[in-house]
Amino acid sequence: MTITQIPVEEAGASFAPKRPPWRRMAGSPVMVTFLALAVIVIAFSVMAPGKFNQLDNFVQLAQNVSILTVVSVGTTFVIITAGIDLSIPGVIVLGEVFTMKALSLIQVGDVSAVDITADQIQWWYIVVAMLGGLLAGALVGAVNGFVVGYMHIPPMLGTLGTLGGSLGVALLLQNGVNIATYTLDPVASGRLIPGIPNLIPIAAIVALIGVVLLHFAVFGRHTYAIGSNVEAARRAGIKVERHLLKVYMLGGTAAGFAGFLSVAYFNTTSLSGHSTDNLQAITAVALGGTSLFGGVGTILGTVIGVWIPAVLKNGFVITGVQPYWQDVAVGIVLILAVYLDQVRRRSRNRR
Amino acid sequence: MTDAEVPAIAAYGIVKSYGQVRALRGASFEAYAGEVTALIGDNGAGKSTLIKALAGVMTPDEGRIKLDGKEVHITDPVHATKMGIETVYQDLALAPDLDAASNVFLGRELRRFRFLHNQPEMRRRTAETFTELGVGVVQDMRVPVASFSGGQRQSVAIARAALWATKVIIMDEPTAALGVIQTAKVLELVKRIRDRGMAVIFISHNLPQVLEVADRIEVLRLGARVARFRQGEVDVERLIASISGAYTNEVAA
Repeated sequence: MTITQIPVEEAGASFAPKRPPWRRMAGSPVMVTFLALAVIVIAFSVMAPGKFNQLDNFVQLAQNVSILTVVSVGTTFVIITAGIDLSIPGVIVLGEVFTMKALSLIQVGDVSAVDITADQIQWWYIVVAMLGGLLAGALVGAVNGFVVGYMHIPPMLGTLGTLGGSLGVALLLQNGVNIATYTLDPVASGRLIPGIPNLIPIAAIVALIGVVLLHFAVFGRHTYAIGSNVEAARRAGIKVERHLLKVYMLGGTAAGFAGFLSVAYFNTTSLSGHSTDNLQAITAVALGGTSLFGGVGTILGTVIGVWIPAVLKNGFVITGVQPYWQDVAVGIVLILAVYLDQVRRRSRNRR
Repeated sequence: MTDAEVPAIAAYGIVKSYGQVRALRGASFEAYAGEVTALIGDNGAGKSTLIKALAGVMTPDEGRIKLDGKEVHITDPVHATKMGIETVYQDLALAPDLDAASNVFLGRELRRFRFLHNQPEMRRRTAETFTELGVGVVQDMRVPVASFSGGQRQSVAIARAALWATKVIIMDEPTAALGVIQTAKVLELVKRIRDRGMAVIFISHNLPQVLEVADRIEVLRLGARVARFRQGEVDVERLIASISGAYTNEVAA
């Protein structure tokens, strides 16, 4: 029998008195990220009063980040399983192409639904297009989930493979040429809520679904468990392979949906326009306090994390600083955020 | 406590080979409800392999397993838990980032609307179980178990087994990594669970501890049972003799 240590509090086996909720919040990664964002917003508001801190500017910012928000919500689940999804750019582009292909299946008079005028648009054309994007995402996500979950290939390499694969298929289907359409324009430029472009409520709904699924559903609980201790999850009877398949399909479907939104927003496919979206999503998720080691993370953190690079860029443009500084600033903030996560883990696991 | 009693769980003539290695050569084992049965033996004697067969982690090549006298074929660990057999693994198998209640109910969450978990109810029932068992970790039910001490984590793992088990709890060296006071607490917990009518199987290398907590002791050597004792009829020397092969009271099968 080894007597290595007998912590004093063992004798009484008691904890410190229960901390009030606000104290718990104060130490949480989400709070740190939120404070960082608040500091940046206040700084720019002081530096560019009457320009940066205008409602219009914030609405514009919200619209700019909405597509990345949709992607990052899906990526949050993947990273909480201690995985990663590098295939996002390929999935988004394939989602765009499938969106376009789905539209082109619909014949309206002499032309396909890709080339119709604004007054010919029917709501169900949009639904069909959306299903196309979702299908592309679910398909690549399923391949990712199979490769990572069942073939046990490290997620970074597995999804690197499907990144190339899905991007290649998308380019093949389009012969490398972008196609424009105005059929989906109402999705992005419409305003069901007066003054608020539709992309914003759409992203908010996706984030809300993410919150329910991650924090209140058994699905999310199992996602955390797999990232926290995969062997414990397995022994608790969780079908780890099948759950990973579902998580990667969820991440892929979110990216496919982002592809649909991207066509709606830019009115064209953008075959070469998403090449760093995976890194942007991972950055947002990490900034939001989700641990790349798995087991820890929140949707709220991700939603805040998406804003930090966007606000920095916007603020630098408005204050006349070279916007390239954004990349430098985001890099520094990212390293700090991940360092904080590691310090927290180390201090916690020391006991 | 008579031998006419039917064992809560029993294994007879278990054989298991891994390639050239014969881990179990006709091993038998019996554990009774309301008793702690210690399973001892040197490294490589087959304790872990035998436990794996009872927990459904491994399917034996030969032999029978009986639960309350009825022969059962345990196909996998989930099947074992459904039959009321819970295992506390040596490496605990807790998810460190989840709180105590989430760990206790992991894989068996109480649900609302089928897909949502009912966290308040899981917390309440976990706290209830902890109180019943005298586990003193209920002060903050919201912190992840990673911030618990080794003894507290072990208590969570044992309490989880106690909450779900209806017949048998298997504990694989539950005190191996613990200090003196933590060990005493865990042994208290083991006795309390036994007193709830559970058959507790207790693996340990610590012979004084085994003598203190066990109602019965079964000794494995080279993949077969070589001796079995009741509490009070054996001392450390005789246990060492049976572990090393110098003593046996088992009639050769």
